[in-house]
Amino acid sequence: MGRKLIQIQGVSFRYHGQDQFALDDISFDVMEGEWLAIVGHNGSGKSTLAKMLNGLHFPEKGQVSVSDTILSEQTIWEIRKQIGMVFQNPDNQFVGTTVQDDVAFGLENNGIPRDIMVKRVSDALDKVGMADFLDQEPHHLSGGQKQRVAIAGVLALQPQVIILDEATSMLDPRGREEVLSTIRELKKETNMTVISITHDLEEAAKADRIIVMNRGQVYKEGVPEEIFQLEEALTSLGLDIPFAIKMKRALQQKGIPIHDQYLTEEELVNALWISH
Amino acid sequence: MMEKMIFGRYVPVDSIIHKLDPRAKLIFVFAFICIVFLANNAATYGIMALFTLVLILMSRIPVIFLINGLKPILFLIIFTFFLHVFFTTGGALLFHFSFIRIYEEGLRQGIFISLRFLLLIFVTSLLTLTTSPISITDGLESLLNPFKKIKLPVHELALMMSISLRFIPTLMDETDKIMKAQTARGVDFTSGPIKDRVKAVIPLLIPLFVSSFKRAEELATAMEARGYRGGEGRSKYRLLKWTGADSLTILYLALMASLLIIFRS
Repeated sequence: MGRKLIQIQGVSFRYHGQDQFALDDISFDVMEGEWLAIVGHNGSGKSTLAKMLNGLHFPEKGQVSVSDTILSEQTIWEIRKQIGMVFQNPDNQFVGTTVQDDVAFGLENNGIPRDIMVKRVSDALDKVGMADFLDQEPHHLSGGQKQRVAIAGVLALQPQVIILDEATSMLDPRGREEVLSTIRELKKETNMTVISITHDLEEAAKADRIIVMNRGQVYKEGVPEEIFQLEEALTSLGLDIPFAIKMKRALQQKGIPIHDQYLTEEELVNALWISH
Repeated sequence: MMEKMIFGRYVPVDSIIHKLDPRAKLIFVFAFICIVFLANNAATYGIMALFTLVLILMSRIPVIFLINGLKPILFLIIFTFFLHVFFTTGGALLFHFSFIRIYEEGLRQGIFISLRFLLLIFVTSLLTLTTSPISITDGLESLLNPFKKIKLPVHELALMMSISLRFIPTLMDETDKIMKAQTARGVDFTSGPIKDRVKAVIPLLIPLFVSSFKRAEELATAMEARGYRGGEGRSKYRLLKWTGADSLTILYLALMASLLIIFRS
Protein backbone atom coordinates (compact mmCIF):
# COMPACT_ATOMS: atom_id res chain seq x y z
CA MET A 1 0.00 0.00 0.00
CA GLY A 2 1.20 3.46 -0.87
CA ARG A 3 0.70 6.74 0.85
CA LYS A 4 -2.38 8.08 2.53
CA LEU A 5 -4.72 9.40 -0.13
CA ILE A 6 -7.75 10.47 1.82
CA GLN A 7 -7.63 11.54 5.44
CA ILE A 8 -10.73 11.96 7.51
CA GLN A 9 -10.19 13.56 10.88
CA GLY A 10 -12.87 13.85 13.53
CA VAL A 11 -15.66 14.46 11.06
CA SER A 12 -19.17 15.11 12.37
CA PHE A 13 -22.19 15.98 10.32
CA ARG A 14 -25.91 16.29 10.77
CA TYR A 15 -28.62 16.98 8.27
CA HIS A 16 -30.32 20.33 8.35
CA GLY A 17 -32.93 20.53 11.06
CA GLN A 18 -31.96 17.28 12.78
CA ASP A 19 -30.56 16.88 16.26
CA GLN A 20 -28.97 13.53 15.77
CA PHE A 21 -25.60 13.33 14.10
CA ALA A 22 -25.57 11.32 10.87
CA LEU A 23 -21.80 11.09 11.29
CA ASP A 24 -20.30 11.33 14.73
CA ASP A 25 -16.57 11.98 15.14
CA ILE A 26 -15.28 9.74 12.39
CA SER A 27 -11.59 9.35 11.62
CA PHE A 28 -9.83 7.04 9.21
CA ASP A 29 -7.45 7.08 6.27
CA VAL A 30 -7.70 5.63 2.82
CA MET A 31 -4.45 4.35 1.33
CA GLU A 32 -3.51 4.71 -2.29
CA GLY A 33 -4.45 1.69 -4.39
CA GLU A 34 -6.50 -0.15 -1.78
CA TRP A 35 -10.01 -1.54 -2.00
CA LEU A 36 -11.85 -0.30 1.03
CA ALA A 37 -15.32 -1.53 1.86
CA ILE A 38 -17.57 0.49 4.15
CA VAL A 39 -20.41 -1.62 5.47
CA GLY A 40 -23.29 -0.91 7.77
CA HIS A 41 -27.06 -1.24 8.02
CA ASN A 42 -29.47 1.27 6.51
CA GLY A 43 -29.10 4.64 8.17
CA SER A 44 -25.68 3.92 9.65
CA GLY A 45 -24.28 6.95 7.82
CA LYS A 46 -22.33 5.23 5.09
CA SER A 47 -23.92 7.09 2.17
CA THR A 48 -23.56 10.39 4.01
CA LEU A 49 -19.90 9.56 4.41
CA ALA A 50 -19.56 8.93 0.69
CA LYS A 51 -21.15 12.26 -0.14
CA MET A 52 -18.83 13.94 2.33
CA LEU A 53 -15.77 12.63 0.48
CA ASN A 54 -16.98 14.25 -2.68
CA GLY A 55 -17.95 17.58 -1.19
CA LEU A 56 -21.67 17.03 -1.66
CA HIS A 57 -21.88 17.62 2.08
CA PHE A 58 -19.48 19.62 4.19
CA PRO A 59 -18.47 18.46 7.69
CA GLU A 60 -19.78 20.36 10.67
CA LYS A 61 -16.67 19.52 12.64
CA GLY A 62 -13.36 18.01 11.58
CA GLN A 63 -11.85 17.97 8.13
CA VAL A 64 -11.53 15.85 5.03
CA SER A 65 -8.46 16.05 2.86
CA VAL A 66 -7.73 14.40 -0.45
CA SER A 67 -4.06 14.12 -1.45
CA ASP A 68 -3.21 16.84 1.06
CA THR A 69 -5.83 19.28 -0.23
CA ILE A 70 -8.36 20.16 2.44
CA LEU A 71 -11.95 19.98 1.26
CA SER A 72 -13.56 23.42 1.16
CA GLU A 73 -15.79 25.52 -1.08
CA GLN A 74 -12.70 26.63 -3.01
CA THR A 75 -11.09 23.25 -3.58
CA ILE A 76 -14.26 21.26 -4.15
CA TRP A 77 -14.05 21.14 -7.96
CA GLU A 78 -10.40 20.11 -7.87
CA ILE A 79 -11.29 17.31 -5.47
CA ARG A 80 -14.26 16.18 -7.53
CA LYS A 81 -11.92 15.69 -10.46
CA GLN A 82 -9.95 13.18 -8.40
CA ILE A 83 -12.92 11.32 -7.01
CA GLY A 84 -15.44 9.61 -9.25
CA MET A 85 -18.72 8.40 -7.84
CA VAL A 86 -21.16 5.76 -9.01
CA PHE A 87 -24.55 5.95 -7.35
CA GLN A 88 -27.20 3.42 -6.52
CA ASN A 89 -29.96 3.97 -9.05
CA PRO A 90 -28.79 3.27 -12.60
CA ASP A 91 -31.68 5.26 -14.09
CA ASN A 92 -31.34 8.42 -12.07
CA GLN A 93 -27.70 9.09 -12.75
CA PHE A 94 -27.84 8.70 -16.51
CA VAL A 95 -27.67 12.28 -17.78
CA GLY A 96 -27.04 11.83 -21.49
CA THR A 97 -29.57 10.86 -24.12
CA THR A 98 -27.25 8.18 -25.46
CA VAL A 99 -24.42 6.11 -24.00
CA GLN A 100 -21.66 8.22 -25.51
CA ASP A 101 -23.26 11.50 -24.45
CA ASP A 102 -23.49 10.23 -20.91
CA VAL A 103 -19.83 9.23 -20.78
CA ALA A 104 -18.86 12.57 -22.30
CA PHE A 105 -20.92 14.58 -19.80
CA GLY A 106 -18.23 14.72 -17.10
CA LEU A 107 -15.59 15.60 -19.68
CA GLU A 108 -17.71 18.40 -21.10
CA ASN A 109 -18.10 19.82 -17.61
CA ASN A 110 -14.35 20.02 -17.25
CA GLY A 111 -13.92 21.72 -20.59
CA ILE A 112 -11.83 18.95 -22.15
CA PRO A 113 -11.22 19.66 -25.87
CA ARG A 114 -13.35 17.62 -28.24
CA ASP A 115 -10.66 15.53 -29.95
CA ILE A 116 -9.33 14.29 -26.60
CA MET A 117 -12.90 13.72 -25.44
CA VAL A 118 -13.74 11.43 -28.35
CA LYS A 119 -10.75 9.25 -27.63
CA ARG A 120 -11.38 9.10 -23.90
CA VAL A 121 -15.05 8.22 -24.39
CA SER A 122 -14.25 5.31 -26.68
CA ASP A 123 -11.42 4.12 -24.44
CA ALA A 124 -13.58 4.22 -21.33
CA LEU A 125 -16.44 2.35 -23.01
CA ASP A 126 -13.95 -0.17 -24.33
CA LYS A 127 -12.67 -0.84 -20.81
CA VAL A 128 -16.12 -1.60 -19.41
CA GLY A 129 -17.04 -3.69 -22.45
CA MET A 130 -19.75 -1.36 -23.76
CA ALA A 131 -18.01 -0.21 -26.95
CA ASP A 132 -20.77 -1.59 -29.16
CA PHE A 133 -23.45 0.50 -27.48
CA LEU A 134 -22.27 4.01 -28.40
CA ASP A 135 -25.59 5.26 -29.74
CA GLN A 136 -27.91 3.23 -27.55
CA GLU A 137 -30.48 5.04 -25.46
CA PRO A 138 -30.67 4.34 -21.73
CA HIS A 139 -34.09 2.70 -21.79
CA HIS A 140 -32.76 0.00 -24.11
CA LEU A 141 -30.06 -1.01 -21.61
CA SER A 142 -30.24 -3.36 -18.65
CA GLY A 143 -29.50 -2.16 -15.13
CA GLY A 144 -26.02 -3.70 -15.16
CA GLN A 145 -25.23 -2.12 -18.51
CA LYS A 146 -26.33 1.29 -17.26
CA GLN A 147 -24.07 0.94 -14.23
CA ARG A 148 -21.19 -0.01 -16.50
CA VAL A 149 -21.83 3.15 -18.53
CA ALA A 150 -21.83 5.12 -15.28
CA ILE A 151 -18.45 3.58 -14.44
CA ALA A 152 -17.18 4.48 -17.91
CA GLY A 153 -18.32 8.05 -17.29
CA VAL A 154 -16.22 8.10 -14.15
CA LEU A 155 -13.22 6.40 -15.78
CA ALA A 156 -13.17 8.88 -18.64
CA LEU A 157 -12.34 11.54 -16.06
CA GLN A 158 -9.36 9.45 -14.94
CA PRO A 159 -9.91 9.88 -11.22
CA GLN A 160 -7.61 8.51 -8.54
CA VAL A 161 -10.45 7.22 -6.44
CA ILE A 162 -13.71 5.63 -7.45
CA ILE A 163 -16.50 5.50 -4.89
CA LEU A 164 -19.26 2.97 -5.38
CA ASP A 165 -22.20 4.18 -3.33
CA GLU A 166 -24.24 0.97 -3.19
CA ALA A 167 -23.71 0.81 -6.92
CA THR A 168 -24.77 -2.81 -7.16
CA SER A 169 -27.66 -2.86 -4.74
CA MET A 170 -30.36 -2.49 -7.40
CA LEU A 171 -28.89 -5.09 -9.73
CA ASP A 172 -29.63 -8.78 -10.05
CA PRO A 173 -26.87 -11.23 -9.07
CA ARG A 174 -25.55 -11.46 -12.61
CA GLY A 175 -25.48 -7.69 -13.12
CA ARG A 176 -23.77 -7.31 -9.77
CA GLU A 177 -21.06 -9.83 -10.64
CA GLU A 178 -20.57 -8.14 -14.03
CA VAL A 179 -20.10 -4.72 -12.51
CA LEU A 180 -17.83 -5.91 -9.71
CA SER A 181 -15.57 -7.94 -11.96
CA THR A 182 -15.32 -4.98 -14.34
CA ILE A 183 -14.14 -2.84 -11.46
CA ARG A 184 -11.77 -5.50 -10.16
CA GLU A 185 -10.09 -5.71 -13.55
CA LEU A 186 -9.90 -1.95 -13.91
CA LYS A 187 -8.38 -1.66 -10.50
CA LYS A 188 -5.71 -4.19 -11.42
CA GLU A 189 -4.91 -2.30 -14.63
CA THR A 190 -4.78 1.24 -13.32
CA ASN A 191 -4.07 0.86 -9.60
CA MET A 192 -7.11 2.93 -8.72
CA THR A 193 -8.31 3.29 -5.19
CA VAL A 194 -11.79 1.85 -4.73
CA ILE A 195 -14.12 2.71 -1.88
CA SER A 196 -17.16 0.52 -2.02
CA ILE A 197 -20.12 1.26 0.18
CA THR A 198 -22.39 -1.68 0.58
CA HIS A 199 -24.42 -3.77 2.93
CA ASP A 200 -23.51 -6.91 1.09
CA LEU A 201 -20.78 -8.62 3.09
CA GLU A 202 -20.08 -11.09 0.28
CA GLU A 203 -18.96 -8.09 -1.73
CA ALA A 204 -17.03 -6.65 1.19
CA ALA A 205 -15.26 -10.00 1.77
CA LYS A 206 -13.17 -9.37 -1.34
CA ALA A 207 -11.96 -5.97 -0.17
CA ASP A 208 -8.51 -5.27 1.28
CA ARG A 209 -9.97 -3.60 4.33
CA ILE A 210 -13.42 -3.20 5.85
CA ILE A 211 -14.85 -0.43 7.97
CA VAL A 212 -18.03 -1.32 9.82
CA MET A 213 -20.30 1.63 10.56
CA ASN A 214 -22.94 1.75 13.23
CA ARG A 215 -25.14 4.73 14.09
CA GLY A 216 -22.83 7.24 12.49
CA GLN A 217 -19.70 5.90 14.14
CA VAL A 218 -16.91 3.59 13.11
CA TYR A 219 -17.72 0.34 14.90
CA LYS A 220 -14.74 -1.67 13.75
CA GLU A 221 -11.98 -1.41 11.19
CA GLY A 222 -9.86 -4.24 9.89
CA VAL A 223 -9.06 -6.80 7.20
CA PRO A 224 -11.95 -9.13 6.24
CA GLU A 225 -10.52 -11.99 8.38
CA GLU A 226 -10.66 -9.80 11.47
CA ILE A 227 -14.09 -8.42 10.74
CA PHE A 228 -15.68 -11.80 10.15
CA GLN A 229 -14.40 -13.04 13.51
CA LEU A 230 -17.13 -10.83 14.93
CA GLU A 231 -19.86 -13.10 13.56
CA GLU A 232 -22.69 -12.61 16.06
CA ALA A 233 -21.86 -8.97 16.63
CA LEU A 234 -22.27 -8.38 12.89
CA THR A 235 -25.64 -10.09 12.86
CA SER A 236 -26.78 -7.94 15.75
CA LEU A 237 -25.80 -4.85 13.75
CA GLY A 238 -28.24 -5.97 11.09
CA LEU A 239 -25.66 -7.28 8.66
CA ASP A 240 -25.80 -10.60 6.90
CA ILE A 241 -22.65 -12.68 7.24
CA PRO A 242 -21.14 -14.45 4.21
CA PHE A 243 -22.24 -17.92 3.18
CA ALA A 244 -18.91 -19.58 4.04
CA ILE A 245 -19.18 -18.45 7.64
CA LYS A 246 -22.79 -19.55 8.00
CA MET A 247 -21.84 -22.91 6.54
CA LYS A 248 -18.90 -23.29 8.90
CA ARG A 249 -21.10 -22.56 11.86
CA ALA A 250 -23.79 -25.00 10.73
CA LEU A 251 -21.11 -27.69 10.33
CA GLN A 252 -19.67 -26.96 13.78
CA GLN A 253 -23.13 -27.33 15.28
CA LYS A 254 -23.37 -30.77 13.69
CA GLY A 255 -20.14 -31.64 15.43
CA ILE A 256 -17.82 -31.49 12.45
CA PRO A 257 -14.52 -30.04 13.67
CA ILE A 258 -13.34 -27.10 11.60
CA HIS A 259 -10.90 -24.68 13.13
CA ASP A 260 -12.40 -21.40 14.11
CA GLN A 261 -10.81 -18.76 11.93
CA TYR A 262 -12.31 -16.98 8.96
CA LEU A 263 -12.37 -19.04 5.78
CA THR A 264 -13.26 -18.11 2.24
CA GLU A 265 -15.50 -20.49 0.32
CA GLU A 266 -12.47 -22.03 -1.35
CA GLU A 267 -10.63 -22.53 1.92
CA LEU A 268 -13.73 -24.10 3.41
CA VAL A 269 -13.94 -26.58 0.53
CA ASN A 270 -10.26 -27.44 1.02
CA ALA A 271 -10.69 -27.83 4.77
CA LEU A 272 -13.61 -30.16 4.18
CA TRP A 273 -12.06 -32.45 1.61
CA ILE A 274 -8.85 -33.01 3.58
CA SER A 275 -10.70 -33.52 6.86
CA HIS A 276 -11.25 -37.24 6.07
CA MET B 1 -52.18 3.80 -30.47
CA MET B 2 -48.74 4.75 -29.14
CA GLU B 3 -46.93 2.54 -31.65
CA LYS B 4 -48.79 4.08 -34.57
CA MET B 5 -48.17 7.69 -33.61
CA ILE B 6 -45.33 9.23 -35.56
CA PHE B 7 -45.14 12.55 -33.76
CA GLY B 8 -41.77 13.00 -32.20
CA ARG B 9 -40.64 9.54 -33.28
CA TYR B 10 -37.24 9.12 -34.82
CA VAL B 11 -36.70 6.54 -37.54
CA PRO B 12 -33.03 5.79 -38.00
CA VAL B 13 -32.61 5.07 -41.72
CA ASP B 14 -29.55 5.93 -43.74
CA SER B 15 -30.49 8.79 -46.04
CA ILE B 16 -29.21 12.15 -47.25
CA ILE B 17 -31.80 13.97 -45.16
CA HIS B 18 -30.82 12.08 -42.03
CA LYS B 19 -27.25 13.24 -42.42
CA LEU B 20 -28.10 16.92 -42.76
CA ASP B 21 -27.16 19.39 -40.09
CA PRO B 22 -30.12 19.80 -37.70
CA ARG B 23 -29.79 23.56 -37.99
CA ALA B 24 -30.41 23.38 -41.73
CA LYS B 25 -33.47 21.24 -41.15
CA LEU B 26 -34.83 23.50 -38.42
CA ILE B 27 -34.38 26.59 -40.57
CA PHE B 28 -35.99 24.75 -43.46
CA VAL B 29 -39.05 23.79 -41.45
CA PHE B 30 -39.52 27.22 -39.90
CA ALA B 31 -39.21 28.90 -43.27
CA PHE B 32 -41.45 26.33 -44.90
CA ILE B 33 -44.19 27.07 -42.38
CA CYS B 34 -44.10 30.71 -43.44
CA ILE B 35 -43.76 30.03 -47.14
CA VAL B 36 -46.79 27.74 -47.19
CA PHE B 37 -48.96 30.82 -46.95
CA LEU B 38 -47.60 32.16 -50.24
CA ALA B 39 -49.43 29.50 -52.19
CA ASN B 40 -52.84 30.59 -53.41
CA ASN B 41 -53.60 28.83 -56.66
CA ALA B 42 -53.42 25.40 -58.27
CA ALA B 43 -49.97 25.98 -59.77
CA THR B 44 -48.35 27.08 -56.50
CA TYR B 45 -49.94 24.29 -54.50
CA GLY B 46 -48.76 21.88 -57.17
CA ILE B 47 -45.19 23.17 -56.90
CA MET B 48 -45.24 22.85 -53.14
CA ALA B 49 -46.65 19.35 -53.20
CA LEU B 50 -44.00 18.34 -55.72
CA PHE B 51 -41.16 19.77 -53.62
CA THR B 52 -42.49 18.03 -50.51
CA LEU B 53 -42.86 14.74 -52.34
CA VAL B 54 -39.22 14.93 -53.44
CA LEU B 55 -38.20 15.49 -49.81
CA ILE B 56 -40.23 12.51 -48.61
CA LEU B 57 -38.70 10.27 -51.24
CA MET B 58 -35.21 11.48 -50.39
CA SER B 59 -35.71 10.77 -46.70
CA ARG B 60 -36.34 7.09 -47.56
CA ILE B 61 -39.01 6.89 -44.88
CA PRO B 62 -41.66 4.44 -46.17
CA VAL B 63 -44.61 6.47 -47.48
CA ILE B 64 -47.06 3.90 -46.08
CA PHE B 65 -45.53 4.50 -42.66
CA LEU B 66 -46.03 8.25 -42.98
CA ILE B 67 -49.63 7.88 -44.08
CA ASN B 68 -50.43 5.37 -41.35
CA GLY B 69 -48.99 7.75 -38.80
CA LEU B 70 -51.24 10.51 -40.06
CA LYS B 71 -54.43 8.56 -39.41
CA PRO B 72 -55.04 10.09 -35.97
CA ILE B 73 -55.13 13.60 -37.43
CA LEU B 74 -56.92 12.63 -40.62
CA PHE B 75 -60.12 13.47 -38.78
CA LEU B 76 -58.96 17.02 -38.24
CA ILE B 77 -58.07 17.45 -41.89
CA ILE B 78 -61.41 16.11 -43.08
CA PHE B 79 -63.21 18.26 -40.58
CA THR B 80 -61.55 21.48 -41.85
CA PHE B 81 -62.21 20.35 -45.40
CA PHE B 82 -65.94 20.08 -44.84
CA LEU B 83 -66.04 23.23 -42.80
CA HIS B 84 -64.73 25.14 -45.80
CA VAL B 85 -66.87 23.28 -48.30
CA PHE B 86 -70.07 24.06 -46.47
CA PHE B 87 -69.44 27.52 -45.19
CA THR B 88 -67.47 29.37 -47.86
CA THR B 89 -69.55 31.19 -50.41
CA GLY B 90 -68.52 32.59 -53.79
CA GLY B 91 -68.19 31.41 -57.36
CA ALA B 92 -70.76 29.27 -59.12
CA LEU B 93 -73.25 27.24 -57.15
CA LEU B 94 -72.32 23.60 -57.69
CA PHE B 95 -74.78 21.73 -55.55
CA HIS B 96 -78.00 22.62 -53.89
CA PHE B 97 -80.12 20.43 -51.62
CA SER B 98 -82.51 21.99 -49.12
CA PHE B 99 -80.26 24.06 -46.84
CA ILE B 100 -76.92 22.69 -48.08
CA ARG B 101 -75.26 24.83 -50.70
CA ILE B 102 -71.84 24.06 -52.06
CA TYR B 103 -70.06 26.75 -54.03
CA GLU B 104 -67.08 26.40 -56.35
CA GLU B 105 -65.02 28.70 -54.16
CA GLY B 106 -65.81 26.61 -51.09
CA LEU B 107 -64.66 23.41 -52.73
CA ARG B 108 -61.47 25.12 -53.91
CA GLN B 109 -60.77 26.54 -50.47
CA GLY B 110 -61.46 23.23 -48.81
CA ILE B 111 -59.02 21.37 -51.01
CA PHE B 112 -56.32 24.04 -50.69
CA ILE B 113 -56.56 24.38 -46.93
CA SER B 114 -56.47 20.67 -46.25
CA LEU B 115 -53.59 20.30 -48.70
CA ARG B 116 -51.76 23.07 -46.85
CA PHE B 117 -52.45 21.29 -43.61
CA LEU B 118 -51.22 18.00 -45.00
CA LEU B 119 -48.00 19.48 -46.40
CA LEU B 120 -47.23 21.22 -43.13
CA ILE B 121 -47.69 18.01 -41.22
CA PHE B 122 -45.59 16.04 -43.70
CA VAL B 123 -42.69 18.47 -43.50
CA THR B 124 -42.76 18.88 -39.73
CA SER B 125 -42.97 15.14 -39.10
CA LEU B 126 -40.17 14.68 -41.59
CA LEU B 127 -38.05 16.81 -39.26
CA THR B 128 -38.67 14.63 -36.22
CA LEU B 129 -38.57 11.41 -38.19
CA THR B 130 -35.14 12.11 -39.65
CA THR B 131 -33.50 13.91 -36.73
CA SER B 132 -32.75 12.35 -33.36
CA PRO B 133 -34.11 14.35 -30.42
CA ILE B 134 -30.63 15.12 -29.19
CA SER B 135 -29.67 16.60 -32.57
CA ILE B 136 -32.78 18.75 -32.55
CA THR B 137 -31.77 19.99 -29.11
CA ASP B 138 -28.24 20.72 -30.31
CA GLY B 139 -29.54 22.51 -33.37
CA LEU B 140 -31.95 24.63 -31.35
CA GLU B 141 -29.24 25.52 -28.85
CA SER B 142 -26.93 26.60 -31.61
CA LEU B 143 -29.64 28.58 -33.43
CA LEU B 144 -30.72 30.30 -30.24
CA ASN B 145 -27.16 31.24 -29.32
CA PRO B 146 -27.48 34.85 -30.58
CA PHE B 147 -30.28 35.33 -28.03
CA LYS B 148 -27.77 34.91 -25.22
CA LYS B 149 -27.13 38.62 -25.69
CA ILE B 150 -30.62 39.40 -24.42
CA LYS B 151 -30.01 37.14 -21.41
CA LEU B 152 -31.92 34.13 -22.68
CA PRO B 153 -30.51 31.12 -20.75
CA VAL B 154 -29.85 29.09 -23.89
CA HIS B 155 -27.64 26.42 -22.33
CA GLU B 156 -30.09 25.81 -19.49
CA LEU B 157 -33.01 25.53 -21.90
CA ALA B 158 -31.13 23.05 -24.04
CA LEU B 159 -30.08 20.99 -21.02
CA MET B 160 -33.64 20.91 -19.72
CA MET B 161 -34.86 19.81 -23.10
CA SER B 162 -32.35 17.01 -23.45
CA ILE B 163 -32.96 15.75 -19.91
CA SER B 164 -36.72 15.80 -20.51
CA LEU B 165 -36.29 13.86 -23.71
CA ARG B 166 -34.08 11.32 -22.00
CA PHE B 167 -36.59 10.78 -19.18
CA ILE B 168 -39.73 10.42 -21.31
CA PRO B 169 -39.36 6.64 -21.82
CA THR B 170 -38.26 6.14 -18.20
CA LEU B 171 -41.31 7.99 -16.90
CA MET B 172 -43.59 6.16 -19.35
CA ASP B 173 -42.34 2.85 -17.96
CA GLU B 174 -42.90 4.08 -14.46
CA THR B 175 -46.42 5.31 -15.21
CA ASP B 176 -47.20 1.91 -16.61
CA LYS B 177 -45.79 0.19 -13.54
CA ILE B 178 -47.69 2.38 -11.07
CA MET B 179 -50.87 1.94 -13.08
CA LYS B 180 -50.54 -1.83 -12.95
CA ALA B 181 -49.69 -1.76 -9.26
CA GLN B 182 -52.74 0.36 -8.51
CA THR B 183 -54.94 -1.80 -10.72
CA ALA B 184 -53.73 -4.81 -8.74
CA ARG B 185 -54.92 -3.05 -5.61
CA GLY B 186 -58.35 -2.43 -7.06
CA VAL B 187 -58.16 0.99 -8.72
CA ASP B 188 -60.28 1.04 -11.87
CA PHE B 189 -58.84 3.35 -14.54
CA THR B 190 -60.95 2.34 -17.50
CA SER B 191 -64.61 2.37 -16.56
CA GLY B 192 -67.19 4.28 -14.58
CA PRO B 193 -68.44 7.87 -14.88
CA ILE B 194 -66.03 10.72 -15.65
CA LYS B 195 -65.94 11.87 -12.05
CA ASP B 196 -64.75 8.48 -10.79
CA ARG B 197 -62.18 8.18 -13.54
CA VAL B 198 -60.68 11.55 -12.72
CA LYS B 199 -60.51 10.49 -9.09
CA ALA B 200 -58.79 7.26 -10.09
CA VAL B 201 -55.96 9.26 -11.64
CA ILE B 202 -54.91 10.64 -8.25
CA PRO B 203 -53.25 7.40 -7.02
CA LEU B 204 -51.35 7.43 -10.30
CA LEU B 205 -50.33 11.07 -10.38
CA ILE B 206 -49.16 11.56 -6.83
CA PRO B 207 -46.65 8.68 -6.75
CA LEU B 208 -45.46 9.78 -10.17
CA PHE B 209 -44.84 13.33 -8.95
CA VAL B 210 -43.13 12.20 -5.78
CA SER B 211 -40.83 9.86 -7.63
CA SER B 212 -40.02 12.56 -10.18
CA PHE B 213 -38.89 14.81 -7.36
CA LYS B 214 -36.73 12.02 -6.01
CA ARG B 215 -35.30 11.35 -9.45
CA ALA B 216 -34.57 15.02 -9.96
CA GLU B 217 -32.70 15.19 -6.69
CA GLU B 218 -30.63 12.10 -7.40
CA LEU B 219 -29.88 13.28 -10.91
CA ALA B 220 -28.77 16.67 -9.63
CA THR B 221 -26.46 14.99 -7.10
CA ALA B 222 -24.99 12.74 -9.78
CA MET B 223 -24.49 15.69 -12.11
CA GLU B 224 -22.76 17.70 -9.44
CA ALA B 225 -20.54 14.76 -8.51
CA ARG B 226 -19.47 14.63 -12.13
CA GLY B 227 -18.36 18.24 -12.07
CA TYR B 228 -21.37 20.02 -13.54
CA ARG B 229 -21.38 23.69 -12.58
CA GLY B 230 -23.47 25.38 -15.23
CA GLY B 231 -22.86 26.37 -18.82
CA GLU B 232 -19.64 28.31 -18.23
CA GLY B 233 -16.41 26.68 -19.35
CA ARG B 234 -18.01 23.59 -20.83
CA SER B 235 -16.82 22.01 -24.01
CA LYS B 236 -19.16 20.19 -26.34
CA TYR B 237 -18.97 16.55 -27.34
CA ARG B 238 -21.43 16.85 -30.18
CA LEU B 239 -20.18 18.77 -33.15
CA LEU B 240 -22.49 20.38 -35.66
CA LYS B 241 -20.99 20.62 -39.09
CA TRP B 242 -22.47 22.71 -41.85
CA THR B 243 -21.68 21.05 -45.18
CA GLY B 244 -22.43 21.73 -48.82
CA ALA B 245 -25.54 19.58 -48.58
CA ASP B 246 -26.91 21.89 -45.91
CA SER B 247 -26.41 24.93 -48.08
CA LEU B 248 -28.13 23.06 -50.91
CA THR B 249 -31.11 22.49 -48.62
CA ILE B 250 -31.45 26.20 -48.06
CA LEU B 251 -31.04 26.75 -51.80
CA TYR B 252 -33.79 24.22 -52.44
CA LEU B 253 -36.02 26.21 -50.14
CA ALA B 254 -35.13 29.48 -51.84
CA LEU B 255 -35.88 27.95 -55.24
CA MET B 256 -39.28 26.82 -54.02
CA ALA B 257 -40.03 30.20 -52.50
CA SER B 258 -39.12 32.08 -55.70
CA LEU B 259 -41.20 29.71 -57.84
CA LEU B 260 -44.12 30.30 -55.50
CA ILE B 261 -43.73 34.05 -55.73
CA ILE B 262 -43.58 33.90 -59.53
CA PHE B 263 -46.64 31.71 -59.96
CA ARG B 264 -48.89 33.01 -57.23
CA SER B 265 -51.85 34.99 -58.47
